Amino acid sequence: MNFDLTDEQKLLLDTVASFVKKQSPVSRHRALRDDATGWSREVWQKMGEYGWLGLALPEEVGGLGGTFADVALILEQLGTALVPEPFLPSLVAAIPILRLGTAEQQQTYLAPLAEGRTSLALAHAETRSRYDVSDVETKAVKSGDGYRIDGSKRWVLNGHAADTIVVSARTGDGDPSGDISLFVLDRETPGLTITPVKTMDGHHAAMLTLDAVQVGSDRLLGAEGSATAALEEAMDVGAAAACAEGAGITRAVLEMTTDYLQTREQFGVKIGSFQALQHRAVDMFVEVELCKSTAILAAIKVSDLDVVERKSAVSAAKVQLAMGGRFVTQQAVQLHGGIGVTDEHDIGLYFKRMHVLNALFGDEEHHVNRYAHLPSFTAGLSS
Amino acid sequence: MDLSFSPEHLAFREEVRAFLRSALPPHLREKAEVDGNFEHDEIMEWHRILARQGWAAPNWPAEHGGPGLDVTRRFILSEELELSGAPTLSVFGLSMVGPLLVQYGTDAQKQRFLPKILAGDEVWCQGYSEPNAGSDLASLKTRAEDDGQGNFVVTGQKTWTTYAQHADWIFCLVRTDPTAKKQAGISFLLIDLKSPGVTVKPFLTTGGTPAFCETFFENVVVPRENLVGPLHGGWTMAKALLGHERTLIAAVGLSTRAIRRIKRIAAATQAGGESLLDDPGFRSKIARLEIKLRALQVANYRSLAGAQLGHAPGPESSILKIRGSEILQQSGELAMELMGMNSLTWFNDEGTVPALEQWVPSTFNYLRATTIYGGSNEIQKNIIAKLLLGLG
Repeated sequence: MNFDLTDEQKLLLDTVASFVKKQSPVSRHRALRDDATGWSREVWQKMGEYGWLGLALPEEVGGLGGTFADVALILEQLGTALVPEPFLPSLVAAIPILRLGTAEQQQTYLAPLAEGRTSLALAHAETRSRYDVSDVETKAVKSGDGYRIDGSKRWVLNGHAADTIVVSARTGDGDPSGDISLFVLDRETPGLTITPVKTMDGHHAAMLTLDAVQVGSDRLLGAEGSATAALEEAMDVGAAAACAEGAGITRAVLEMTTDYLQTREQFGVKIGSFQALQHRAVDMFVEVELCKSTAILAAIKVSDLDVVERKSAVSAAKVQLAMGGRFVTQQAVQLHGGIGVTDEHDIGLYFKRMHVLNALFGDEEHHVNRYAHLPSFTAGLSS
Repeated sequence: MDLSFSPEHLAFREEVRAFLRSALPPHLREKAEVDGNFEHDEIMEWHRILARQGWAAPNWPAEHGGPGLDVTRRFILSEELELSGAPTLSVFGLSMVGPLLVQYGTDAQKQRFLPKILAGDEVWCQGYSEPNAGSDLASLKTRAEDDGQGNFVVTGQKTWTTYAQHADWIFCLVRTDPTAKKQAGISFLLIDLKSPGVTVKPFLTTGGTPAFCETFFENVVVPRENLVGPLHGGWTMAKALLGHERTLIAAVGLSTRAIRRIKRIAAATQAGGESLLDDPGFRSKIARLEIKLRALQVANYRSLAGAQLGHAPGPESSILKIRGSEILQQSGELAMELMGMNSLTWFNDEGTVPALEQWVPSTFNYLRATTIYGGSNEIQKNIIAKLLLGLG
């Protein structure tokens, strides 16, 4: 058991921290909120050059063959300053390509990502699916040499800007979870309509309609109807990534709040001298440390080949993020007082991002429920 | 980063489990199964069994009869002991005054006291709190005056002297310089409870167990050689004593066992044609508590791994007592809730409620102490606010 960082990880951490400090303070995200893209292709390319985008990708596609635990270090740092580039959506969309894609497909879609030339999006959510990736109404039927896809997708993260969009569709009428397939689409595909929408955290997403979209069979990932497991893994990677980013957010928010308590004066003294506020700050601190702990848990276990082990750890972490992250950001606003609910102050930006992270990849109830119905929950009870 | 124990440490865990399976006598195992409250004699019986195995004092160095285990093995041993439901040995000698004597005691003190603590021949209790010195411990008033003949004469009253009625010795914080400011005039003294002038009066906790005592001292003569550390240096001793074994304070093993019991109670309780384990509301509550414990467990592992590597305690170490005690209390509450009207039971005949439930109401009450003892959680928060968050 060892939680110390390796020399390589320390170097990576320093590089990302320095980038965040010098090139991407919160003010950059704030300034880009009104931009149609919300993030910078120039910065994205730089992230590619730094090797961050290909960090966990295999060397064959220009990646560095690292682990998700390495990626989590980056995400945590990016979270501290709300760096707006589509790191998380691209990471999530890359998972099914990695798991199901042929060598050629991986080369085509992941090599440009590693270089920062493209960004990705995963389109899975629909009107009634909520967090169930196998509840899919979008249909793909065999047509000519390929497939014809009809349907619609909602809240596609980075869908407004992604060059490549991975779309889930039902390819059969049999087993509800056994006939889900994934297709890789270029954004300019005829019949694909991308409607950009804003999200609360100052990012953008897209709603998609697919009207007689015709794709070749080379766009299908893996065998027909075999995508559910990879989609579930992608959701867990997204959840683990949210936990890492969220850990960074809680840390930054606590620091901002304790700074404020040490600066702001009322009744002739620093408000940090009031015990009621000190104890609240400590309650936040407890949750910050627990969010950090479970983010590590998720970062390590999300790559576990034992799926029950993976799901159990990721769900536990996502529930801790929901409970702890919500508490920390809410109390941060409270302790800032009136200024905390102004758009002018950064604390509200963190509050909003935390809500978005909690709502993505399964919310609190979803993960409590999933955790409670894994075989591990009732294992060994009779003994 | 690596969350798993090394093969050597896993092998040690198996060794401990195998020992526990064979070494816990049947009559103790029976009580352990239902998490009953162990009597003093039962605790001492188990103490002697562990002492023979060399495991009574996991954290003592080998030269003083400890097993010479690394910090991770000590953690594993303690956690497995918690998980087994075996009696918890009295901490006052083994985990408190013993390690303090190892660190600060004179050679004579070490030779006089340590072997008997280890063997279970002498039992200790703690004399810190007084009726008017609780969280503000440094305001304590029990006096120890130099009689000019090589003795202190001690007069005063200590309270919450847990299980003093079974103890042979008490370690006390006493005021040796009434003119100095609070902390500066306190000394750390070892007192034989058989000395003339000592009176111990047990009283019941809300859990119905006689865990607490008041201990009175009236002109009790204590040889000067029983002073630990420098004269007026008692506050430093008290702080040093608190610093021992930070990784055990979270009590993750106890809470893990409590949650397993909660699930077993839920599975065995029927309502509306299904077990409470299949009731979505209860199942979700249990899952949430287990998830909270899991988060604490990882924080505990971070602290443990840091200690194993010789690092100073990280920020995660300071949350362990606060959250660990809260989770223990919540486990008691949830067990009571699952029991429904069975939770009304209070020391009735066996069979009145299922065996698995019979000790829950007592434990539920006693667990309220976990957020109070060892420095109340509010005091912990004051310390964290000041030392880690820079507030004040």
